[in-house]
Amino acid sequence: MSATLWRGAAARVRANSAALAAIGVLAILVALALAAPALNPNSVETLDWSRVAYAPGLSHAHWFGTDRLGRDLFVRTFEGARTSMAVGLVAGAVSLSLGLGFGAVAGYLGGRTDYLMMRVIEILSGLPLVFFVIFLTVIFGRNGYVLYASVVAVGWLAMARIVRGQTLSIRRREFIEAAVAGGAGSVRVIWKHVVPNVLGPVAVYATLMVPQIILFESFLSFLGLGTQEPHASLGTLIAEGAGEMEAAPWILLAPGIFLALLLVSLNVLGDGLRDAFDVREPG
Amino acid sequence: MPRYFLKRLGAAIPTLFIIVTLSFFLTRLAPGGPFDEERALPPEIMANLQSAYGLDQPVWVQYGRYLRALSHGDFGPSFRYKDFTVSELIAQGLPVTLELGSIAMALALAIGIPLGTLAALHRHSATDYGAVSLAVLGIAIPSFVVLPLLGLVFGVALHWLPVAGWEPGSVRYLVLPVIALTLPPLAYITRLTRGGMLETLGSPFIRTALAKGLPLRTVIGRHALRPALVPVAGYLAPAVASIMTGSLVVESIAGLPGVGRYLVQGALNRDYTLVLGMVILYSSVLIGMGLVVDLLHAWLDPRVRFA
Amino acid sequence: MSAMPAAAGSASPASAAPILSIDALEVRYELDGAVIAAVRGVSLQVAAGECLGIVGESGSGKSQMVLASLGLLARNATIEGSVGFEGRELLGLPASALNRIRGSKLSMVFQDPMSSLTPHVRIGVQLGEVLVHHAGASWSAAERAALDMLERVRVPDARRRLRQYPHELSGGMRQRVMIGMSLMCEPKLVIADEPTSALDVTVQAQILALLREVRAQSGMSVVLISHDLGVVAGLAERIVVMYAGRVVESAPTMELLRAPRHPYTSLLMQCAPSLQRERLDRMPFIQGLPPNPAEREIGCAFAPRCPRVTDRCRDERPALLLIDAVAQVACHHPLAP
Repeated sequence: MSATLWRGAAARVRANSAALAAIGVLAILVALALAAPALNPNSVETLDWSRVAYAPGLSHAHWFGTDRLGRDLFVRTFEGARTSMAVGLVAGAVSLSLGLGFGAVAGYLGGRTDYLMMRVIEILSGLPLVFFVIFLTVIFGRNGYVLYASVVAVGWLAMARIVRGQTLSIRRREFIEAAVAGGAGSVRVIWKHVVPNVLGPVAVYATLMVPQIILFESFLSFLGLGTQEPHASLGTLIAEGAGEMEAAPWILLAPGIFLALLLVSLNVLGDGLRDAFDVREPG
Repeated sequence: MPRYFLKRLGAAIPTLFIIVTLSFFLTRLAPGGPFDEERALPPEIMANLQSAYGLDQPVWVQYGRYLRALSHGDFGPSFRYKDFTVSELIAQGLPVTLELGSIAMALALAIGIPLGTLAALHRHSATDYGAVSLAVLGIAIPSFVVLPLLGLVFGVALHWLPVAGWEPGSVRYLVLPVIALTLPPLAYITRLTRGGMLETLGSPFIRTALAKGLPLRTVIGRHALRPALVPVAGYLAPAVASIMTGSLVVESIAGLPGVGRYLVQGALNRDYTLVLGMVILYSSVLIGMGLVVDLLHAWLDPRVRFA
Repeated sequence: MSAMPAAAGSASPASAAPILSIDALEVRYELDGAVIAAVRGVSLQVAAGECLGIVGESGSGKSQMVLASLGLLARNATIEGSVGFEGRELLGLPASALNRIRGSKLSMVFQDPMSSLTPHVRIGVQLGEVLVHHAGASWSAAERAALDMLERVRVPDARRRLRQYPHELSGGMRQRVMIGMSLMCEPKLVIADEPTSALDVTVQAQILALLREVRAQSGMSVVLISHDLGVVAGLAERIVVMYAGRVVESAPTMELLRAPRHPYTSLLMQCAPSLQRERLDRMPFIQGLPPNPAEREIGCAFAPRCPRVTDRCRDERPALLLIDAVAQVACHHPLAP
């Protein structure tokens, strides 16, 4: 990718006030989530029986209040936040690599290989992933591995498509032909030439993929199919809070608002990046 | 054109068949069974239960029986809800879910298309920025976050609307769930319409229509709308999928007696027949939507009909 | 090039009240801080019943000029000057008033009929809607009129064509439909912007013949725009040559062809392929490129490419001056007649 392209894109991002605000919000959210344990010494698992379902207040030890079991919500909210964000990043990285590899190979090799690989993607894209996960749960029961495998699956399909499209469009360019003529093997060409050149659009879609993954994990956790006790993710916390809405409305508030802010700012940032790079979906 | 449609219909039936078959064998081959969670039962009772539900037969036989029953519209008994067959459960819950989902879909289209069009026509105006912002929020924030937050504001704080519950025929209980379910597809449709309209408005044939002195409403209505809505047509199947997944959540939070909770509960309870029945139901809906979208595509762009 | 003899009374640009009068028209765009001047001050007139040809390369501003007149430019265009139609100022007219004129009294034919016709609307509707909106006709009456029009523009099998979509017609037929659309309300003036550029040569000739025939029948005014001098010369009584957003020469067709005054016009004529000329070893072309519309003008815009250029040309922009009663040229060193 040429340096001027990156510079132009960076300038456009800087001019996009919404994207800048999103970056700011994200920074704050991440900082809060990481710093939370230092700010409040309460442990995640401590059950404070003296203050069950306590309303929030800055005067006492439980700033965000406590839940039905007396657990401090400040700590739990940000632990949930850390879990959700970690899932987003880790699963995102795995999705990215899978999608990048799959798409680059399909786009580069073309022909029957490409055709078969694309059919696989199409079939897998057919039914909404949730049903597939629910299905897997029926078979395997509540299983952490199922959760993480399916969360990865959310992202890699779209990524593979994008990468394949980009690969197809640069495959014909001269430097690829030069590399091949120079005797480079397919793997080498893909790794050294194809991958660096598709990184631009990939970066954009990766940024849009992370909130999808976080959303999906939250969704599964909300339904009870994801993160299990005693671990918390934003999804489980929201589920808890929704159940206690009338009696203890504060349980819902912090994780709900955090998740909303996280998802919105990631999406705005992703949109901003997409506009900055002027990426269009191929085909 | 009818030939094209028949061809697609013909392709849909084997797809459905494959889904049913795959699902069936996957559930049967999985470790454990629907009765594992219960207290350990004496072996004879277990054996009786197995035999009563036909679980002691070889898988192929079970499959054959299932298919035969299916052809009569019989999805089998629910393993968990002992007194009901799956068909009965579906019949009970489907009307609620359908009502919820179709209102959401209709609202998303009825609000999204005009909003997107207005945003495109008044670029850089307050309407435009408002529509775009609404779209970002709707796309980013999922229903299961929106609904509880809405419930907090309008239910707990303001006491205007009930947070959960259900009364047949009552509208109040549907308001918040419908809003939460409508927002994501509404957001996408607004964005897609705006984008499609912006692109179409730059086309040469729009310039011709304007040069003919036609009023704006005719130019938009007759000349711009159909090509502008092509991306929306492409989104319809994902929209239905989104509403279906959203309803799972919305129904459980709002305590609505729809069909969505069966899927989740069925999964958690390892209730094979229920899950199988639900999967078939949802798959059929999605495949049906795919066909509808194809038809719509052909209507929107006549060139497709002759391809 | 077969040229039509100039019709009497139309040679003088200022005799009867002109049907279209463009005065000092400027069209500018602002993009990333740079000002792009598409039209730099054009004045011309079209007499009633006249056929005026406008010739120029792409980028000369000829299309922008007419699009501005009809209010079809994007919102970020700055338009200055005046465009009068039948004595009425068009620039700045509100959409409702403009829509009464557009399509009914003043209509336009566009370049590429495949993209300029709405792909998902039937031909009959695209023709008929003009009548329905301007004359308040019923749809059945409009459909009958559309059928008549298709026959008038010589589209065979008209009844079937009414029901069809644009992609089912050939390029030539589509252009005939476009011309028919412009004629539905018997306009006083039709502007045809590159009506033949997207068509094969044989079809081009047919379309021009059609335009000639329609004009002869109705006596309406026509503005014919093209980059091809040959196309324009076959139909127009008077020709205006544009370069870099300005008029550089204007003269009756016969006179222009016989004795062009502006070096650019002369070079254009040399470049026009003709079967009557002796065979050449290579196609002649004009050296260089037209100026960048984002750059400011200093001196004559054609100076970098002109074989007759002097220092005065580079410093001083030549004004458009009358040569005789009927012709104008903007050049410091016009060619001798």
